[in-house]
Amino acid sequence: MAITEQELRLDGNAAAGLLRDVFVHEFTSVRGACATCGAEGEMGAQHLYMTPLSPGAVLRCATCGSMLMVVVRAGGRFRVGLQGLIWLEMQDEGAAS
Amino acid sequence: MVGTALQRRLIWRTAEVVDLVDETPRVRSLVLAVPGWPGHQAGQHVDVRLTADDGYQTQRSYSIASPPSTDERLTLTIERLDDGEVSPYLAGELHAGDQVELRGPIGGYFVWAPAVGGPLLLVAGGSGLCPLMAMLRLRQAAGSTVPARLLYSSRSLDEVIYRDELNKLVAMENGLEVMLTLTRQQPPGWTGLHRRIDTDMLSAVAWPPAERPWTFICGPTPLVETAANALVNLGHEPARIKTERFGPTGG
Repeated sequence: MAITEQELRLDGNAAAGLLRDVFVHEFTSVRGACATCGAEGEMGAQHLYMTPLSPGAVLRCATCGSMLMVVVRAGGRFRVGLQGLIWLEMQDEGAAS
Repeated sequence: MVGTALQRRLIWRTAEVVDLVDETPRVRSLVLAVPGWPGHQAGQHVDVRLTADDGYQTQRSYSIASPPSTDERLTLTIERLDDGEVSPYLAGELHAGDQVELRGPIGGYFVWAPAVGGPLLLVAGGSGLCPLMAMLRLRQAAGSTVPARLLYSSRSLDEVIYRDELNKLVAMENGLEVMLTLTRQQPPGWTGLHRRIDTDMLSAVAWPPAERPWTFICGPTPLVETAANALVNLGHEPARIKTERFGPTGG
């Protein structure tokens, strides 16, 4: 049975565990801007493509569909591609609140 | 939630099953005791990891159904998918006293607390109700009177998770309304909704866009995308519509 693209699509928050491993920071509430269309939003609101046994994840812009970020986990290492993001903005957890 | 912000690296913890509750014929809740659990927010999830005797490991994400608490316990509500790899074990073979590994809490996007305010529109299909139930349980526990509406799509009345508890919450008359739509089978005399969630249904159920509701939608991907797109077309602010799609997780 073929799986459609819609069935594969998840929300960025589904990669929260994986991205915590990479960034050591809660990542789904981090804001960013798409390098392709300029849309700004929280990473948890973007589209994620990932399956339980896949070696990584692809995060795509929920507005234009362009790739924001690729994370691959293999051989005891992470490789993170951030070519689709202009910037990321996150809480400074060391700052007094 | 003390300690949540200070927890940097997520660590795997050993959780012990202390209670099992059959919610429907295919859905079971696990009450887990997790020593050192730092607490969580309503809407967050955990990763659960299983390890076979030969060392093979697999993991899945499950939403936390219990509200924030300080008793180092949490509840996961799991739908048993017959061809799944993990859910038949978690929701079928686990017994009280058994242990599982989990890590969390995870996620800071799909979360709600009374301080966020409302009105609150919750839309769920099947076991997508779990993270939204954590929000309703928190709302109740905190004495919040934020107006809240839940639109819940289920195949039949027997498959409605937390049915008795939802009835009790509504009977308290503190601003919660629950609308069910039964998509496959309706009991005799059913006068309620009986089709899949669509724009007309959301137009009737949702708060007017001018009230700027916070919306949380969780369930199978087609349901989530249908509901989110319909609400945007009805004039709701996309930034106030938060979604959590199940996707083909393989159970």
